Amino acid sequence: MMPERSFDTLETMVASIPEGAMIALPKDESGAPCELVRELVRQRKQHFRLLCVPACGFHADLLIGAGCVDEVEFGGVVVGELGVGQRFQAAVRAGTLRLKDSSCPALHAALQAGAKGTPFAAVRGFLGSDLLNVRLDWKLIENPFGPGEDPILLVPAINPDVFLFHARWGDRHGNVWTGGRRDLAYTAHASRRTLVTFESIWDGNLLTDPIMSAGTLDAVYVGGLAHVPNGSWPMTLQYVHDEDTEHIKTYAAMARTDDGFAAYVREFVIDRKHAA
Amino acid sequence: MTATADEIVIGLIARMLENAGVVGVGSSSPVPAAGALLAQQLCPGRTRALIFRNNVNDPFHESGSELYDRIGQGRIDVFFIGGGQIDGRANLNNVGVGPYPQSKLRFPGSFGTPFIIAMVPRVILYREEHSPRVLVPKVDFISAAGTTPPNLHRRGGPTDLITSKAHFSFDREKGRFALASVHPGCTAAEVRQATGFDYDEQVVVPVTALPTPEMLRLLRGTVRAQVAETYPEFARTRLAGLQ
Repeated sequence: MMPERSFDTLETMVASIPEGAMIALPKDESGAPCELVRELVRQRKQHFRLLCVPACGFHADLLIGAGCVDEVEFGGVVVGELGVGQRFQAAVRAGTLRLKDSSCPALHAALQAGAKGTPFAAVRGFLGSDLLNVRLDWKLIENPFGPGEDPILLVPAINPDVFLFHARWGDRHGNVWTGGRRDLAYTAHASRRTLVTFESIWDGNLLTDPIMSAGTLDAVYVGGLAHVPNGSWPMTLQYVHDEDTEHIKTYAAMARTDDGFAAYVREFVIDRKHAA
Repeated sequence: MTATADEIVIGLIARMLENAGVVGVGSSSPVPAAGALLAQQLCPGRTRALIFRNNVNDPFHESGSELYDRIGQGRIDVFFIGGGQIDGRANLNNVGVGPYPQSKLRFPGSFGTPFIIAMVPRVILYREEHSPRVLVPKVDFISAAGTTPPNLHRRGGPTDLITSKAHFSFDREKGRFALASVHPGCTAAEVRQATGFDYDEQVVVPVTALPTPEMLRLLRGTVRAQVAETYPEFARTRLAGLQ
């Protein structure tokens, strides 16, 4: 019988994240850790290298807008269906954000290589794209198994320092249910530490339950686990609640200006107001 | 039943997807999603629509890399993508306007486009806005290349471009668009004026065919409800229901 362990608090978990770390965030539908992001802002953490897995919305835009991010690698930054993130766009215009423009299949492949401990992944496509001119860390090589000329893209493996997400269930053994979200599993496998907030406590052991275990991330990968109900608000948690679209619209409207964004942070991050 | 402008474009897309196999539609694309779902109703078992961000029936259930693995193996036949800028050689720019990286106007990012454009047999470009600022002579940044030299590995590429004004076909060998039809209420001269790149044009340009009454019945009933699963606002405000 595995001993039970106590849960962490949101505050201590976030305090343990070193400034300058590469932090990975999941896409909108995979359990965006919005309360973790708000706590990062409240603790005024800075100089992160943000990795979007592979594209992020509100949660990335908020972190960028709050000045926590020096560099972002991403397939896309889009706030819901409302278009490009306003704070992301403002930071690009101001030149205050180092950009590593990538693409979703390249990021998935790089993370899977990271999980395997191999140095790179090979990716088809991309030929003729200017991404090859701005991603100086990417390399085209000749396919060593091909019969003739066949350039193929290599991208370096990615091993994030910290991966953050919000899950539906965690148990007292440190296991986390990720369900069918394979992107969460292999990003956690590739990351040096994974810190998780979760919606509900699973009584018992997720790993020994025959139905739940297939979708369970083993505690061996979980470096911190905090019970934070509604921790993905205003974004969705699959099968639990939809995105709070009205609030996302409020955010997008306020984030259009520096003053509006500052007011948003005061009201919804510092003062912890949750829209009804 | 009189078809609306949206219904005409959706009907055009549905006709193009007759017996088309597996059709993928990315985020923020309600019109192509409606077209693909309509084609699925019209060709059961022969056109299958996979709609992103559909919480009710998510076709990419394993999320993450599964979609791209499927594309990499050639298991998706058609895909809809768009661009902040699209040029006359079917190059897409989803990065930004002006010199990189400090773009004057930043677009959301390349997403899957640099991969999809080369690895899906039939890539249909869709962009509602038809204006010289979107349809440009040459994109400021090539996120996804419309053509590549013939000796390089490539499974497919762009075959068509659909906007709110017109339908173009793309000749991948010539690397050039041709005006295939203009939507009712629009003229070839208007399309020429609103398009920033040069393209081929026949002396007489056909008008985009109207959807049949059967297509409209399906679109206003079953398909509208399916579209609303992913795009409730679009379904409510832009798709008519059955009377």
